Amino acid sequence: MTTTQHEPEQVEAYPEHFEPPHGPTWRLIFGPGLVRGVWVAGLFFVLGMLLVAGLRFWWGWDPVWLWDVILPIAGMVTAPIGFLGGIGAFDYWLHYISGRPTRPEDHSGHGARTWKDYFRVNTDHKVIGIQYLVTTFTFFTIGGLMAMFFRAELAQPGLQFLDSQTFNGLVSAHATLMIFLFIIPAFAGIANFVVPLMLGAPDMAFPRLNALSYWLLPIAGVLFLASFLAPGGSFATGWTGYAPLAEGQPLGQTFFNMGVQWAGASSVMTALNFLVTIITMRAPGMTFWRMPLLVWANFTTSLLVVIATPFIAGSQFFVMFDRIMHTSFFTPEGGGYALGYQHIFWFYSHPAVYIMMLPGFGIVSEVISANARKPIFGYRLMALSLVGILFLGFSVWAHHMFVAGMADWLRVPMMITTLLIAIPTGIKVFSWIATLWRGRIHLTTPMLFALGFVTMFVIGGLSGIYLGSVPIDIAASDTYFIVAHIHYVLFGGSVFTIFAGVYFWFPKMTGRMYDERLGKLHFWLTFVSFNATFFPMHYIGLRGMPRRVFDYDEAFGDLNFVITIASFVLGASFVVFVYNVVQSWVRGPVADANPWRAHSLEWQVSSPPPIFNFDEIPQVVGGPYEYGVPGARHAVMRSGEAAREVQHA
Amino acid sequence: MRKGIVQLVAIAVLIGVLVTLVAVLFQWLPTSASEEFDRIQDIYWFATIISIGIFAVVAAVVVYSVWKWRVPLDDDADGPPIHGHTGLEIIWTAVPAILVIAIGIASAVVLSENGRAGERPLQVNVVGQQFTWKFVYSDYGDLTSGELVLPVGREVRFTMTSVDVIHSFWVPNFGQKQDAVPGIETTILVTPKRTGEFAVICAELCGLGHATMRAKARVVTQSEFDAWVKEQAG
Repeated sequence: MTTTQHEPEQVEAYPEHFEPPHGPTWRLIFGPGLVRGVWVAGLFFVLGMLLVAGLRFWWGWDPVWLWDVILPIAGMVTAPIGFLGGIGAFDYWLHYISGRPTRPEDHSGHGARTWKDYFRVNTDHKVIGIQYLVTTFTFFTIGGLMAMFFRAELAQPGLQFLDSQTFNGLVSAHATLMIFLFIIPAFAGIANFVVPLMLGAPDMAFPRLNALSYWLLPIAGVLFLASFLAPGGSFATGWTGYAPLAEGQPLGQTFFNMGVQWAGASSVMTALNFLVTIITMRAPGMTFWRMPLLVWANFTTSLLVVIATPFIAGSQFFVMFDRIMHTSFFTPEGGGYALGYQHIFWFYSHPAVYIMMLPGFGIVSEVISANARKPIFGYRLMALSLVGILFLGFSVWAHHMFVAGMADWLRVPMMITTLLIAIPTGIKVFSWIATLWRGRIHLTTPMLFALGFVTMFVIGGLSGIYLGSVPIDIAASDTYFIVAHIHYVLFGGSVFTIFAGVYFWFPKMTGRMYDERLGKLHFWLTFVSFNATFFPMHYIGLRGMPRRVFDYDEAFGDLNFVITIASFVLGASFVVFVYNVVQSWVRGPVADANPWRAHSLEWQVSSPPPIFNFDEIPQVVGGPYEYGVPGARHAVMRSGEAAREVQHA
Repeated sequence: MRKGIVQLVAIAVLIGVLVTLVAVLFQWLPTSASEEFDRIQDIYWFATIISIGIFAVVAAVVVYSVWKWRVPLDDDADGPPIHGHTGLEIIWTAVPAILVIAIGIASAVVLSENGRAGERPLQVNVVGQQFTWKFVYSDYGDLTSGELVLPVGREVRFTMTSVDVIHSFWVPNFGQKQDAVPGIETTILVTPKRTGEFAVICAELCGLGHATMRAKARVVTQSEFDAWVKEQAG
């Protein structure tokens, strides 16, 4: 665990901060923290409720207490803002605005001294990275359990123990949690920890914004889960929430509309922070062409997030307005255009696929290069192919709509751009396997996950070629073939890379080493059960089983039973991971600063790193992957003064 | 090195053969009952051949490299500092580009053939509604049926819409699928080439009864079709 001690001179300089004027009880209730977060959230809920009711009363609208409006405003806007204020996410800014004394160099909320500091607003990117990862893996567990439930239901045709609403709700919430609360933010968590270290920076560019972006995330997760308590059940229209279906749904749908806003805001703020950090906070000598590919990957991902995310925010606001304010963006009766929703939604949600993939590409490049003991093959083309995917990624959204009834002429251009994405992606795959060639390959757990990723992602990419071809897509879209494809891309792809990243940086994050044997057991269990679960889905999909159904043709009964059993094994394999991480974190062997003998900067400092990362400012002198080059260094550590002179020279 | 290349090629061929067996020993596609699906299946096999080749190459290099160059975890030497190879990089940019463009052209040709209506196709209007299908034969005085009956060998143009949310009209054996969208009309062509009974399935999540939104499609001979029309009208 990242723990740090305060320097005595810091305490002397600001004694009033370290010996607050009030007693412990007063601080518990009125000081920043979860306790204040809860009661201020309650207070703000009441304020929001009174605001809505007051305005309705003033205008003479009936009924005054309309819960369909009160809940979105009070429960999903003002209460979360109150929570954020209560835990102290806005304290510095509010003090600044109100003219109270502030100290830009106040580091009291920076770094973790005890485990309790992980439950507070903390500005240390290393603490925030771990907060992200623990939170996202919690939601991964919940989302996975949901999948177990509906796989149990799907073991046989017909309805056994769920009802139709619960089934649709579980399917929708599973996908929503996995996408918005696991894959996207888990990558943000890994990047949060690693990117500033890799750049040679003391922290992110905006540490307070960084803390705020993390705390927006649990709000989104709680909203998605709370929808199960709403009258009429949770949102049940898939994670795609297509209009006009979503517009006639019960209250649960509003939780989806608003949850996406909080998750999206979190993504955008983090992405802006990454962009500014990467552009402005590189250590002296760290040119763009010397940045590790993980940094490149997060740079391109952040551009995707910043440009695309407002579109999904818009699409959900429009649906919510249609639902609550009776506008008609997407309802034909009022002149709306039903397909408009899909265009706006996919203009985010296709780039989102790359948001969920590019950071994984970065992780795999680090892992493969360090474990094959070779420079990454074709570094510049690897970086440029990320940029290529960034641009192409914005020109393919309508390939999700080949059967949707959009303009016919749009199909062939969208097919061509979709197929062209295979070129930069192919460059990456071929460069990874070329990096293996004649290497000295260490089959560590992260390396196993990276190699598993390469092969599984190729299968996901190739089924993507089928789906890119319009005629095949017409036959295969909306079937289990799609379910198989997305799981090969997002599980065999993204989740494998997240596991690779967590194992790879585990010693750096915790200062302890994970258990290699359990790690390998975890990999092989996951790899085999993953394929047993999702590969047969290609078959049942092509044969005629649509997705998102609780009942299906008897002919698919046997295979679905096999898939369900395999999915339970897949779920069980995760227990091995959790056990390994928890017991290694508590009492694993102490890790070296650089157990992988990697060259990038995060490995040149202690494990876990010091509170401001670098005691000496590194001077970057070469590329990050110069394995096997005699005498090559990525960076040398210089004394602070000398480095500053270099920076200003 | 030559021996190594031979071994690598042998692994690639072995993987290729295994994957090919998986592709041909199982019947991955439903029996085609339409001329459109025949053409789609041609593209499917074209893409499958390319996919098998690419997967075999990638998997073979991974397996071979791990087999040949795996070292114990405490080994502390480095590999050779190979930074890249411009020729190889050009090849693996150009070859996939050619392959995907070939798939793209073939797909565009099939799409255009599957979308070209012949002379006087049979017109069937499809209406989706939670959670039933309605088929209206406008050529036969708006004859309305909950069962889809089609004469074999005659091109059919389905024009569809929905009265509530988005549905998707899909007959797996026809290989054609089209969303029925409220507020607009969409069309798709099918030329049934085989008599028999098939399932009409809603493929787009449309609410609580989505899984049960099914109808029967029957492809019959022209004379049986005429008799059915007469019976329905009478």
